[in-house]
Amino acid sequence: MSISAAVAAAVADAHRREWGFVLAATVRFTRDIDLAEECVQDAYARALVAWADGGVPAKPGAWLTTTARRRALDVMRRDELFRRAMPELVMDDVVIDSDEPDEIADDRLRLIFTCCHPALGMEAQIALTLRLLCGLSTAEVARAFLVSEATMAARITRAKKKIAAARIPYRVPALAELPVRTGAVLEVIHLLFTTGHTAPVGADLVRADLVERALQLARMLRGLLPESSDVAGLLALLLLTDARRETRVSPDGALTLLADQDRSRWDRARIGEGAALVREALRLRPPSRYALQGAIAAVHAEAPTWGDTDWSEIVALYGVLITVWPSPVVALNRAVAVGFADGPGAGLAALDALSAEPQLAGYGYLPAARADFLHRLGRDDEARLAYEEALHLTDNEVERAFLAARLAALGT
Amino acid sequence: MSQYLVLIYDDEAAWSAADESVTGQIHSGHTVFAEKNGAALAGGNALQPTTTATSVRPDGDGGFQITDGPFVETKEALGGYYLIEAADLDEAIDIAKQIPVVAGGLEVRPILTFE
Repeated sequence: MSISAAVAAAVADAHRREWGFVLAATVRFTRDIDLAEECVQDAYARALVAWADGGVPAKPGAWLTTTARRRALDVMRRDELFRRAMPELVMDDVVIDSDEPDEIADDRLRLIFTCCHPALGMEAQIALTLRLLCGLSTAEVARAFLVSEATMAARITRAKKKIAAARIPYRVPALAELPVRTGAVLEVIHLLFTTGHTAPVGADLVRADLVERALQLARMLRGLLPESSDVAGLLALLLLTDARRETRVSPDGALTLLADQDRSRWDRARIGEGAALVREALRLRPPSRYALQGAIAAVHAEAPTWGDTDWSEIVALYGVLITVWPSPVVALNRAVAVGFADGPGAGLAALDALSAEPQLAGYGYLPAARADFLHRLGRDDEARLAYEEALHLTDNEVERAFLAARLAALGT
Repeated sequence: MSQYLVLIYDDEAAWSAADESVTGQIHSGHTVFAEKNGAALAGGNALQPTTTATSVRPDGDGGFQITDGPFVETKEALGGYYLIEAADLDEAIDIAKQIPVVAGGLEVRPILTFE
């Protein structure tokens, strides 16, 4: 690799790993998100030249933060007329040494709690998190959510304006508020992951870029809040779910069910790490929603074959999950597990008990699960109707192809 | 410090159907709220119901259209407000959470200041 290629790779690597750290530390200095973003962008551009001349620094994040803060100081000093487009961010007064970013007080925690503040809309929370913590450009965030760049730019601008005008603080919430506010952050990361894990629309089942970003954020949060069992639970759930990524779609792009996946190709490192985190997260009582979801994923991940799956354990875990997180989708998953533990008749009865649930009315997995149990009971005419209903309810092309194939296999 | 207007939206039908024990509880709730947050309170009032409201809209022709009723018809109507001072939105929300409501909720709006 030539020197310039090696430097470009180092800068790109620092962009992926350190953007959130550098931006968060710079925001604390500027008290202005837009100015901080400009200065951090500028610091990365300078790194391309400076690192080619003087070598890649030992701590790229610290170098970039110092450079961005100096640039900000220049802008604010030189431009006497520098006028903030928005009011200063509200934050606790901390003494800042502009040259030595302190590595103990990590500002990324402040930044993520500001981005995921419940006073912002969920879409804005996700967009801000991707943009400010992960360093995605507005165009990249727009592509991730299949909206135009202009729409996404307007959404991000509106959210930043609300942060400034309504004075959403740049601060880690007080201890009493921390669990609830952490829950809001986890919800953003989880939604990002599920959006990537099964893209709601489009040609690909998995959007690897979104999945990787969600994992990166969960790992970051785990590092910043090591005592939180909710955070450990979410990271476990993401690792255990994503360990199966390579086997969820066949080489020709078809959806492969858990029962038919090649378990030898599951990512054992991720499963091991996830299972250890689940055990840690379950120690806290009552167990968190994510810890229980992670535990269910761990039962699947650790079963050597589909036939070895401990379905009664899974039904029991869903039973606990529904008490800490009552949700029709959890009830649906529990009903499916009942069908595997006690036979398709019991599963169908459990599913039909949910048929009046309004929140499941447009949810394609309910008729898809009914169709499977009906088929296994030999009631193919009813199974056919149920598959047709499920087909009406999904726009993901890989899922549609799967359902169409199931329907065709029933014959006429 | 910043100022926020906390708008109290409540269901007028639920309010007029409520018996005295409920309305009494709400009234004493406001007294407790005002005592506890006196330092942050810059003002506040309860409003007469929307049946007493009159809307005035310029007709674009130099005149005005005067109509009976509130500007916007909603199930939960503006029934009162407090003007509060708070360091940031989190503090403003913490104060707003203490305001009693029957069957509605609260809207927290930052006051726009002109420099």
